[in-house]
Amino acid sequence: MGILVVLEARDGEIKLSSFEAVSEARRLADAGLGGGEVVALLCGPAAVAGVAAHSGAYGADRVYHAAHEAFGRYQPDGFAGAVVAAQQVTSALHVFFSATAMGKDLAPRVAARLQAGLASDCTALAVEGGKLVATRPVYAGKAIQRVAFTSGVALASLRPKLFALTEHRPGASAPVEALAGFNFEASAWRVMTTGTSAATSGPADLTEADIIVSGGRGLKGPENFHLIEELAAALGATVGASRAVVDAGWRPHGEQVGQTGKTVSPKLYVAIGISGAIQHLAGMSSSRTIVAINKDADAPIFKLANYGIVGDAFEVVPALTEAVKKLQ
Amino acid sequence: MNIAVLMKPVPSTDTRVKVGPDGKQLDPAGVSLVINPYDEFALEAALKLKEAGGGEVVLLTVGTSAWQPTIRNGLAMGADRAILLTADGPLDALQVARALAAEIAAGDFELVLCGKQAVDDDAAQVGPMVAELLERACVTVVTKLTIDGTGAAAAGAACIAQREIEGGLEDVSFALPAVVSCQKGLNEPRYPSLKGIMAAKKKAIDEKPAQVGAPSIEVLSLTLPPDRPVGRIVGEGVAAVPELVRLLREEAKVI
Ligand SMILES: Cc1cc2nc3c(=O)[nH]c(=O)nc-3n(C[C@H](O)[C@H](O)[C@H](O)COP(=O)(O)OP(=O)(O)OC[C@H]3O[C@@H](n4cnc5c(N)ncnc54)[C@H](O)[C@@H]3O)c2cc1C
Ligand SMILES: Nc1ncnc2c1ncn2[C@@H]1O[C@H](COP(=O)(O)O)[C@@H](O)[C@H]1O
Repeated sequence: MGILVVLEARDGEIKLSSFEAVSEARRLADAGLGGGEVVALLCGPAAVAGVAAHSGAYGADRVYHAAHEAFGRYQPDGFAGAVVAAQQVTSALHVFFSATAMGKDLAPRVAARLQAGLASDCTALAVEGGKLVATRPVYAGKAIQRVAFTSGVALASLRPKLFALTEHRPGASAPVEALAGFNFEASAWRVMTTGTSAATSGPADLTEADIIVSGGRGLKGPENFHLIEELAAALGATVGASRAVVDAGWRPHGEQVGQTGKTVSPKLYVAIGISGAIQHLAGMSSSRTIVAINKDADAPIFKLANYGIVGDAFEVVPALTEAVKKLQ
Repeated sequence: MNIAVLMKPVPSTDTRVKVGPDGKQLDPAGVSLVINPYDEFALEAALKLKEAGGGEVVLLTVGTSAWQPTIRNGLAMGADRAILLTADGPLDALQVARALAAEIAAGDFELVLCGKQAVDDDAAQVGPMVAELLERACVTVVTKLTIDGTGAAAAGAACIAQREIEGGLEDVSFALPAVVSCQKGLNEPRYPSLKGIMAAKKKAIDEKPAQVGAPSIEVLSLTLPPDRPVGRIVGEGVAAVPELVRLLREEAKVI
């Protein structure tokens, strides 16, 4: 009856986005969604069971742990089997994921297995007449859709960084119990994750970064991106890019922000030498504060930016980097 | 190897979104449709595999007859034929997946390629749902795909793929039959040649009704996002830097 929240661990820690989802589930449970219970599920090797208990502080009543030695990496079929088993054990009518790379892959698999509706990448959730209503951006954020569920079980994935991280029960620890009744047989998995390699472009991935500094064609060439990297380093930010510079081969495609790149919502987004094409804006318009540096006062990016400087990036950016360094 | 490419026509990415009279859907007036950008990566991957090892590339679409011209653009890129499963009114992802899965099950496709997500509903659901309904292997957000012995590749062929995750890549191994969702970086989609455009006119688009089943999602409303507060130009050139830093620190409190 309750709400089941699927947790995600990385490097032995539960991701903050998972705790955001637990916090939101607790808020909705208290507002009358389901039977009031919030149950978390962690798929992971035996060693991580302990860290899941901390979800109690964010409002989970108890935690199931699906343990498997191969669960140090995300195993799509194994994880999907575990979520379905946990849904059945708990009879949860609502299952939440965070809309991370893992959650986006896992949630639709579970939805198909449960014949359940899924609202992906939600930016807000509410209880209306005892039922879940999800708000989610569509057309790359150019419009907002509100949806209800007509299936018995309702699934939602929550966009990271948008839901409040609330310690509903400070210091509380949730009991962790092994998930029984689920098939641990890896030979039945149709795909096997065998390894991971890092391609990091900064301290955090774009979708997780608090601050992003992005450069565009105004930088004139790849050799000038050190200006962007130095400002990013001073701010502790991750580097992003417009499609123009990615297509030109100046930056890797993993750095592209926009409709056909990453959708980001950092607290600070600095756009340098980026004109502000509609496809770029689509990927970053939900950023809390936007700064634009562009030599063209009529560039569309200034319409969206909270703060703008009209000027030459080659002069303004080094000065800004120095000023930021002086703050520390 | 026969390959199905799941292809959805979507409003071109420079569309200015207007809400239709029902308050739930996009106003289609003046909207031009294009092949979903991620589906172009899927189609390009399928065409490359066909060039290397033969077989047929079939486009599968669930939608309306009005989508025929966009489907024909996919045929012009080089797909052999298309199947359009028609349904009236809006469908949710599970309904679309059911219709596609039924058609794939009735056909002979070792590989199903789709886009990472459709840039209209931004759901990123249909590919993995199709795979689950068919109980096939599925890898999503793929930037690199290698299929062993492409020539005669059939059921059981070993595949490896790289998929994009936060700050890195994941290596995945699996076997055909499979569903793979494609991400930017996998390849550079080709432009249709004049010859391709001419040839596409003669290729078949086979229309039949979609079997969609019951809906699981109901759209309540579609609205435009709230306007952001009007931006402000802090100043010009280097002289404006101290004031920008002050605002970021004291007003926005972000540094
Ligand atoms: C299907 C499709 C999908 C797309 N998806 C994306 C996407 O995901 N992301 C994306 O970014 N784009 C996307 N685009 C491309 C988009 O339309 C623009 O072409 C692109 O964003 C432009 O990049 P830019 O701002 O770097 O370059 P430009 O538009 O060329 O802008 C460069 C800017 O730099 C300024 N400038 C020049 N010199 C200086 C200087 N010395 N100092 C300061 N400023 C200077 C100029 O005034 C100008 O505003 C997409 C397009 C299509 C058709
Ligand atoms: N109506 C449709 N017809 C054919 N393929 C579709 C349809 N909807 C989605 N797809 C495929 O599924 C992918 C993901 O779409 P979505 O789940 O809607 O974001 C798309 O990139 C297409 O490859």
